[in-house]
Amino acid sequence: MNKQKSSGLAGILDNSSSRMILLFIVVFIICSLLQGKNFLSPDNFLAMFRQFPEYGLLAIGIGMALIIGGIDLSAVYLANLSSIIAGLFLHRFYNGDGTGGEGLVLISFVIALLIGAIGGILNGVLISGLGIPAMLATLGTQSLFWGFGVVLTGGSTLSGFPKALGNMINMKFGLIPITVIIFAVAALIAGIVVQKTKLGREMKMYGTNNRATIYSGLNNFKIVVMTHMISGMLAALSGIIMWGRYSSAKADTGSTYTMQAILIAVLGGVSPLGGSGSVTGIVLAVLIIQMLSSVLNMYTFIPTACRQIVWGGLLLVVMIVNFYLDKRKKNRH
Amino acid sequence: MSLKRLTKKTEFYVALILIAFCLIIQVRSGQFFTPNNIVDLLRSLTIPMMFAVGEMMVLISGGVDCSFPAIASLAMYFVCTKLDGVFSNPIPYFLIAMALGLLMGAVNGFIVAKYRFPAMIVTLGASSLWIGVMQGILGSSEYPLTSALYQLGQAKILTGTNAETGFSSNLPVHFGFAVVLVLIGWFILNKTMLGRGIFAIGGDEVAAARAGFNVFGTRMFIFCFSGAMAGFIGVCRASMMMTVNPNNMIGMEMDVIAACVLGGVSLVGGKGSVLGAVLGTALMTLVANSLILLGIPTVWSRVFTGLIIIIGTGVSAVQEKNRKNTLHVAVSDQ
Repeated sequence: MNKQKSSGLAGILDNSSSRMILLFIVVFIICSLLQGKNFLSPDNFLAMFRQFPEYGLLAIGIGMALIIGGIDLSAVYLANLSSIIAGLFLHRFYNGDGTGGEGLVLISFVIALLIGAIGGILNGVLISGLGIPAMLATLGTQSLFWGFGVVLTGGSTLSGFPKALGNMINMKFGLIPITVIIFAVAALIAGIVVQKTKLGREMKMYGTNNRATIYSGLNNFKIVVMTHMISGMLAALSGIIMWGRYSSAKADTGSTYTMQAILIAVLGGVSPLGGSGSVTGIVLAVLIIQMLSSVLNMYTFIPTACRQIVWGGLLLVVMIVNFYLDKRKKNRH
Repeated sequence: MSLKRLTKKTEFYVALILIAFCLIIQVRSGQFFTPNNIVDLLRSLTIPMMFAVGEMMVLISGGVDCSFPAIASLAMYFVCTKLDGVFSNPIPYFLIAMALGLLMGAVNGFIVAKYRFPAMIVTLGASSLWIGVMQGILGSSEYPLTSALYQLGQAKILTGTNAETGFSSNLPVHFGFAVVLVLIGWFILNKTMLGRGIFAIGGDEVAAARAGFNVFGTRMFIFCFSGAMAGFIGVCRASMMMTVNPNNMIGMEMDVIAACVLGGVSLVGGKGSVLGAVLGTALMTLVANSLILLGIPTVWSRVFTGLIIIIGTGVSAVQEKNRKNTLHVAVSDQ
């Protein structure tokens, strides 16, 4: 009873979800205090809404790979490859003068998602079927996806798509862009998979101990392939958003997103050793990083490259702080 | 060593593939075994080979270091821009860069050894940090090389000339540094107690601690060594290229790690050799540099690198799996 009483703030810090909500509120307040007028303006919110879905989706996908104790270094390049192939499909079949073609654009989105799924399955098969360590398998496929992207585009930027593409991805409902809705729906589905389904439980068990899962009669191959397939489709979705936002596709768009996505996943409470983590945490971390990024942008004298210092430093600090919080929690129990 | 033992080694197969590859290129192009091509290859091998020695040690200890290109770039960029023209001798530049690299490596080593976090995530974070410091605070534009290092860059061991075409290439003195570094790496790993410790903690950390190895100290040493070497290599690279380019080493980490693993260095630790790391690097360099000679357009080079990584690591992964399975059968038979 006494223990219960004394742990008001401590209790919040013990639970990683409530820890994230607390951090979210603190960062929001700090940002508002630092740049009140600019930060709280509708324009800034619109700008933030436009930016986070593309790397947020990557972060959820990479976070899922981290939960099963692996990693996905190929996601960004799979995203680009899917939009390149979808873009080539459009080039091949669209003959209009820039108008119309909504149907074809929708089909090309489906193609992109399919490529994402295939790429993800390839990752899963290499990791679980052949037994290549996740880091190397996805490093190899990173090179492969990137390479095919370069081969298919000849190393240049693919553009000249129907206007319907840009119009669809840049659509807005009031203040809310459609990309935020896509992100929310995808996050919800991924969240249900990770937090509520049998597959989600199996993922965490596999991430904790992948020998124990064999002895418990689980199908390790299926767990890994499914996880990477979902991660690949999330990557493709992110690719579609980047493609539509700029109306162009390139083999190496967003190459800094890999690092940022890993940071977000770890910040969001995904254990880098595998076995635990939630999509809720990742989504909150995405929003925190976006707020920090926007506020950093408002200080125009800070070079954009300095953001890398913040991301890298934050990753290390968050890991160390989590270490001490978890240790304290263990000691009390 | 008997032939039977030899055929069980990954290094043996990598060497075979390497030789086969050389012969294929020779047959297809007739240009492989020409003095200038060999010298060109050795020249492109220099930097990755040096990185591979440091990375191999980290991998054998059961960790991984993704931050050495960032450390190399930052240390090199700092000494070359902030100390431009201060010394007339190249040695202080190397020493200061090594000291900076050692400090940065120590940060990695401390966090990995104290908190037992996965080395990949820690070093990726550190990498982002150092690149940010370089690009955000020091600036990231190309810069003329200081004269002491420029002169060193012109020093060459030998010149290979193709008698038919008249093309010639110089082998810079840095290749000699690389050879020395490889020998130092070999000596530490195979002839010192420290080297035994690196293998021991990579094989089983708890057992190594029980056997009396200082796990924390060994991990600190490995990351400090890797960092100091990165500083040295960064300055080497600048003086070889004869210009200060802060960005052209970034991204090399993944190729170096893949090269080590191709050469039989285990990604989970405890296994590997200097020879393997060098052979793996040679294979990667050969593939990247010889596509033109094979008549394959350069846009394909990344696809081939990816295929080499997947096939190379796939083969050793399947071997490992089979070995484990036969082990299980042997145990259950008894």
